[in-house]
Formats: sequence, C-alpha cells, structure tokens
Amino acid sequence: MTDAIDWISRSGAKPKGRRPDFLGNTNEERMLSMLMALVAEVSVVRERLDTVERLLEAKGTISRADIEGYAPDLETGKERNRIIREYLARIMRPLQHELEATANPEPTIDEVVDELTH
Amino acid sequence: MSANDVPPPYTAVTRHDLFPEVKHDEAARFNFLANLNRYLAGDLGAGNKLAYEKRVLPAFRAEHGREPADRHEVRAAMNQDTWHRFWSAMKRNSMEMRQQNGRAAVLRQLDELDARARALNAGANTLQLDPSVQVPRYQTAVDIHCMPGSYYGEEREGDVSAGANYDSGLFATTGGALGALNDGGGQAVAAWSKSARPGWKPTRILDIGCTIGHNAVPLAQAYPDAEVVAIDVAAPALRYGHARAQSLGVKNIIFRQADAEDLSEFADASFDWVQTTMFLHELSASSLPRIIQEASRVLKPGGLMLHIEQPEYTDAMPLFEQFMRDWDAYNNNEPFWSAMHGLDMADVMASAGLPRDSQFTVGVKAVVDETIFPPAPSGDQEDYGRAAIWNAYGAWKPEGAAA
Repeated sequence: MTDAIDWISRSGAKPKGRRPDFLGNTNEERMLSMLMALVAEVSVVRERLDTVERLLEAKGTISRADIEGYAPDLETGKERNRIIREYLARIMRPLQHELEATANPEPTIDEVVDELTH
Repeated sequence: MSANDVPPPYTAVTRHDLFPEVKHDEAARFNFLANLNRYLAGDLGAGNKLAYEKRVLPAFRAEHGREPADRHEVRAAMNQDTWHRFWSAMKRNSMEMRQQNGRAAVLRQLDELDARARALNAGANTLQLDPSVQVPRYQTAVDIHCMPGSYYGEEREGDVSAGANYDSGLFATTGGALGALNDGGGQAVAAWSKSARPGWKPTRILDIGCTIGHNAVPLAQAYPDAEVVAIDVAAPALRYGHARAQSLGVKNIIFRQADAEDLSEFADASFDWVQTTMFLHELSASSLPRIIQEASRVLKPGGLMLHIEQPEYTDAMPLFEQFMRDWDAYNNNEPFWSAMHGLDMADVMASAGLPRDSQFTVGVKAVVDETIFPPAPSGDQEDYGRAAIWNAYGAWKPEGAAA
C-alpha cells in the first residue's frame, strides 16, 4: 500500500478540460453520474457474490484471499459477463423501450380507447 | 448479435511484471465497464441514428429548408436532442469511471509499481529520458481521453502512474478488442509488413508517440535484428513502457524522450521505417505536418512510412457517421480528432516528400488471440472511434528521393 499519496482522493482526480453540459440541468447531471456509479457498484457486489458461490461450491470453505485471487476460466468469465449484460438490460429498459417506440411510433392509449369505444 | 456475444473477463489480460495487481472488485468494475461500453455502443447506440432520422433531420429540414451541410451542423442539431444528450452523458461517465478505477488500482500500489519499474530500468542504456523536452500544448490543453494528467502527468516525481493506468484500462474501453497485451494494433502492423514485403529486413525503426510501447514491442519481436527507437514526450509512459518491454524479454527497443517536431538528433535517411499508431489524432494542425516532414526526412529512400488511424472522413462517408465518429473530440477530450480525420493525409504526406504514386492505404484489424478476445464489433454495433478497425496511410519513399 502506498501511504505517501492519498490514493483514494487522487484516483478520482478531475481531468483537465471543462466538462460538456450534457443534460442542461446541473442537478440531473449530478444525479445521473451518481446513479451510474451506483449501478456499477451493484454489479461489482453481484460479481463478488458469484465468486463466493462458485468457490464455495468448489471448495466448501473459502478465505478472502481466495476471492481476491479468483480468476474464472474463459467460459465462466463469459457467463459472468452475460449476467452483467442481462443486468444492464434491466437497468436500461426505459431507454430500450424509448428506442423501440421511436422506431415504431404508436397512437396514444386515449386514441386506442376512442377507437375501440366508438 | 446473440446473447452470448460478451467480452472476455478482465482476468484474461496478460499480467506482465509491470501490470498493476488488480483486486477482485477492480476487475469486476472493469468487467462492468467493458459491458457498459458495449451496451451503449451496440444496444443503445442505434437510438442515436433513430433520433437523427425520425426527429433531428426532419426538424433541421423544416427549419432550414435544406440538408445539413457538414458533420458540425449535424452535431449542433443532435446536441439539442434529449436522447443523444442522455446517451452522451452516460458514455462520458463510463470513461470517467474507467479512469477512477484504473487510477485507484495503480495509486494504491504505486510504491510497488515504481520499485518494480526502477529495478527493471536500472542501468539500462535503452531508457533515455531528457528533462529538457517540453510537453507540447496539444498535450497540455486538456487531459487526453479524460485521463487525469494525460500521459505525462506524475503523482510524484519519477513515477510510472500514467503508464500503468493507461495499460490497466485499455481493456475496458475496447472490450478486450486489443488483445491480452493491448497490442493488437502493433501485431496487425507486423503481420501486414511480413505479408506485404516478405523477406524485408529493416534494421532501424522509429516509432513516434509510442506511449507505453505496446505497439512497438510487436515490431521489435517481428524484427529481432532491428533496432527500434520508440519516442514520446511523456517520461512516465516511457519509464513504464521500457520496464514493460524488459519484463517481456524485448531488449531491442530504445525508449527515448523526444518531441517529434524536431528530430534533428537523427540524421537524414537514418531509418528504414517510421511508424505511428493511433497517434496523429492527438496532435494539432500545426504540429502534424511538421512531424510528418521530420519523419520523412529521417526516412531512407526505399523505406516505409506507416500511420495507423481511424478512417478518414471522406465525401463518401455519411454525415451522420462522421458526426458519430467525432464524438470523442467534443465529449472525451480528443480536441484534434475531428480536424485530423478531416485532413487529406495523402496531401500532407505528398507535401513532406512522399508523392502520391508512392502512397497506399490499407485497412487493418487488430490481430489478437480470437479464441479469447473476440473481433471488435463492426457495422451497426461499432463503437465509433474505439473499434480496433483502422486505416493505415503509408508510403514507400521513392528510391533516389532527396532526404
């Protein structure tokens, strides 16, 4: 461990260069950035749990060193990445729905109600 | 694309002796980011084109009574669209998260990494640092691809943090498309050269803008009798790159701190081959032609100049694709990206003494172990600007040409 540097603080250093204004609303920008970091951390916890499950299944008992040293074989690694992809698909569902709606514009539900009522 | 089309795990990357030791959760975070980048480019990337075709372009036509004239007008219009803005914000965040994760891994173990680099670099005359080299404005204006400190920044004097962070996270940004040692570009160049000119034995190769030498090492391995001179302005990247090459057993590379705008330390016609790999877009309008001029001067008649870049924007490329390829210029601190890809490299090289009839272009894809590292997605799934699918702009310097 490197003690001379506050590596926690320095790891998050801001890169030089003004950040673009993406959303036009500072609070929304803040919330999205924090939400994405949180989304990542849930994925990390999920992967750690997967590691624990696989190690327990294989060995019956484990240490933290086992977890830190765990390197899945290629197929297991891809299986874990499929879990992440599935997880992302759940998180991104609202955007994926919007994408589909843009591709195939639909009448509003009021219009459908009208149509089927009259 | 099938549900099984996912990147390999981060732990599949090769841990050479300089590679930061990555904890379980850091690897898991890189796995998440590799998948997130793919999701944004592939599954959600299509939403940008839909937004353009269904909303943005019709609105532009209604307002202006004409088509957009160039990619800049497309960008101005797309930057009003809420979908594209949200997508861009997510993509920017993924880059910032990648930097934080790589830096956390590197900085917490910087003592060990610096010690390993010092041990590998000690006494070697193949690492040649020159503190008098000024870092040019095109490097200092903003931190390139949101990498705090860019390639040249130091957390403390004499460290390797910038190089180690760069190496540790290339996987996440490219989804493993550069291979186990992130050297798919250099491997592709070496494979191309071997097939384009079988039996060629270059004796001296100059790699300009080498950063951590990941694309110079494959050339040095392909031509073990050659001396490769790999130059860069960034000392931390060179320290890391030299130690990395040593740890891989590659000794025929000199890592030298130098600014390629002035190669006066090298004689005219002193290299058989001058190479750049994904370097030119990180320069500026004034430095690029000067560097090409110098590169041409030090090249021997009959020698090869080769530049690997993303595809040039031509009139044949749809404006929307040009706009998407420009994303990193405006959102990921690559300020020369847009102008560089709009340059006619053939003109630039011709002005530097490499006439058009000596030039060629060739498409290259990263050469990687495809049993582990899948080819980069292309077509609708392509992560524009990141995909390991390049154009090479080359020339064989005419025999008898003035140096």
